[in-house]
Amino acid sequence: MLAISRQVIEMTTESAETGSEIIVEVEGLTKHFPLKTGFFQSLVSRTELSVKAVDGISFKIKKGQIFGLAGESGSGKTTTGRLLVRLIHPTGGKIIFEGKDISNLSDKKLKPLRRRMQIVFQDPYESLNPRMSIKEIVAEPLRVQRICKTEDEVEERVKDALRDVELVPPEEFIFRFPHELSGGQRQRVAVARAFVVRPDMVVADEPVSMLDVSIRAEILNLMLNLVQKYNASFLFITHDLAVSRHMCDRLGIMYLGQLVETGSTDNVIGNSLHPYTQSLIDAVPVPDPSSRRTGDVLSGEIPSPINPPRGCRFHTRCPYAHTRCLSEEPHLVEVEPDHMVSCHLYTYSS
Amino acid sequence: MAVLDVEGLRTYYKTLRGDVKAVDGVSFRVEKGEATGIAGESGCGKTTLALSILRLLPSGGKIVEGKVVFDGTSLGDLTNEQLRKKVRWKGISLVFQGAMNAFNPVYKVGEQIVEAIRIHEPDVSKKDAWQRAGDLFELVGIERGRADNYPHEFSGGMKQRALIAMALALNPKMLIADEPGTALDVIVQAQVLKLMRELKEKLGLSMILISHDLSILAETCDKMAIMYAGKVVEYGSVYEVFKEPLHPYTQGLVGAFPRLKGPRTKLSSVPGSPPDLLNPPAGCHFHPRCPFAMDVCKKEEPPLIQVGSKDHYVACWLYPGK
Repeated sequence: MLAISRQVIEMTTESAETGSEIIVEVEGLTKHFPLKTGFFQSLVSRTELSVKAVDGISFKIKKGQIFGLAGESGSGKTTTGRLLVRLIHPTGGKIIFEGKDISNLSDKKLKPLRRRMQIVFQDPYESLNPRMSIKEIVAEPLRVQRICKTEDEVEERVKDALRDVELVPPEEFIFRFPHELSGGQRQRVAVARAFVVRPDMVVADEPVSMLDVSIRAEILNLMLNLVQKYNASFLFITHDLAVSRHMCDRLGIMYLGQLVETGSTDNVIGNSLHPYTQSLIDAVPVPDPSSRRTGDVLSGEIPSPINPPRGCRFHTRCPYAHTRCLSEEPHLVEVEPDHMVSCHLYTYSS
Repeated sequence: MAVLDVEGLRTYYKTLRGDVKAVDGVSFRVEKGEATGIAGESGCGKTTLALSILRLLPSGGKIVEGKVVFDGTSLGDLTNEQLRKKVRWKGISLVFQGAMNAFNPVYKVGEQIVEAIRIHEPDVSKKDAWQRAGDLFELVGIERGRADNYPHEFSGGMKQRALIAMALALNPKMLIADEPGTALDVIVQAQVLKLMRELKEKLGLSMILISHDLSILAETCDKMAIMYAGKVVEYGSVYEVFKEPLHPYTQGLVGAFPRLKGPRTKLSSVPGSPPDLLNPPAGCHFHPRCPFAMDVCKKEEPPLIQVGSKDHYVACWLYPGK
């Protein structure tokens, strides 16, 4: 695996770019949240502190594809998702949505694009306004975007959307309020709200992590069906690798604001290369008592994103770290077709 | 010999609309040095079961019927004072759900452990108690010096470890851990589970692990009970339950887990939602969601019966008793 020449790498990157249409492309995306310091400290130290939530990541999502982002909390998954639909402003880098750079668009110019990109949040108990009926919640994007001309049309679209998420019969749900629904039903409403405008891209931020296991599978299957039905692209953010394997076509593993491994789901999970990915996979509990894990668990916890380690950010926890990892930052290289990893184990020193 | 024997336990919460039957006739036993897992959806009564064992129920909650025998003594016969002095902490310790909020934020973590030790063992000097807190920290893999920190200086994983250390402060025979892995990251969760397995081996602890995540129980437990709407619907060794889940609900739960290895399959799910415990359905509580429901399921409640020769029990009319 180490003996792959540069040429091969270049060739395969070329071939990966052709193919079906790319809906969104992210290049060197960066988001730093500045830290507030006291007056005295601002006199003493010149350097401004910031949380480097996302620090130069690049990926592409094709039309109809489900791209997964996985990693521990604090790795920058959620920030990436919010950046992608421009809920927050990036510090640097580009977000190219259907060939158009949207990273610096004003809110006004973004509004027509919002119809085409939607987000489903993690917590269905907080993402639905408790004072609005289900109908108002699902109809809000339609009204904001002025998609429907008449009130009847709005109601029809809302009912369709509720049918799509299997809240049937929709007449029974439209006049209820969020507190009358269970967690799973609420998340269905959140999904309906995202899909009611027929978006081209949906970001789903840990959509099932707050739900019970027995309900989780239903919501996952439901989202898979909707993505197929409307040929939408999906950015699926999760910390659960087993779920991402079930859902995603391609997968990116994030650590401290950077992508450490990306590629097709089968490559990343079936043949994981980065030591971090490997330890993430080892850490997933296996629902089978006859194949209990015996190996060691990665020690320590994710370092602070305010002052990330120099060199490879994973070197403080990596079982294979050597001197080069301490000083030199690795970059993503293609190791096999549709499989990139950012680790010195797989590169030559130049 | 069984360390803990729970027999026909019923715990109801009194509300204005009637009794919520949170635990409705649960029996199981935990052998010495063994870990028993209790699994089920939220609202199935797992946490109430744990609280009932130690009689820590919130107001309105009442043990209506049943017996809890711990180490030969029936806990129902003890007064509150006796229970507090002899059983809690020294006999059975409870690790509460949500390590994030379990510590008092204005006291040092060490102080809180020392307080627990000195209340139960007033003869121990402050210095010795701090020494013990340090030892406990080392046992769970935290530097002993960190006992001098406040809870906010700890990460989530460390708080969970510290909480386990605190639970072990008075050498209990049994540990009840309520959702020890939830709200932790995969890697940290794996670290905590590994720690629990090691402690069980090292100290010969008996454990009850409560979780909605079957895979966590598969990794740490010897026996497991699946709860549904206040009742145990299946009980047996983890190997048996996972190899051959008998109850339709267990089958649904096991199939609902996406796997990392092996072929990708469509996830099965358990359609519908758990019943209202104020008014549980007649007969088998699961029948409205059950794909195999028969007439008898709607009328009569199935008893927990042994199936096959092994230690495997199920409460379902699909399996005729011997």
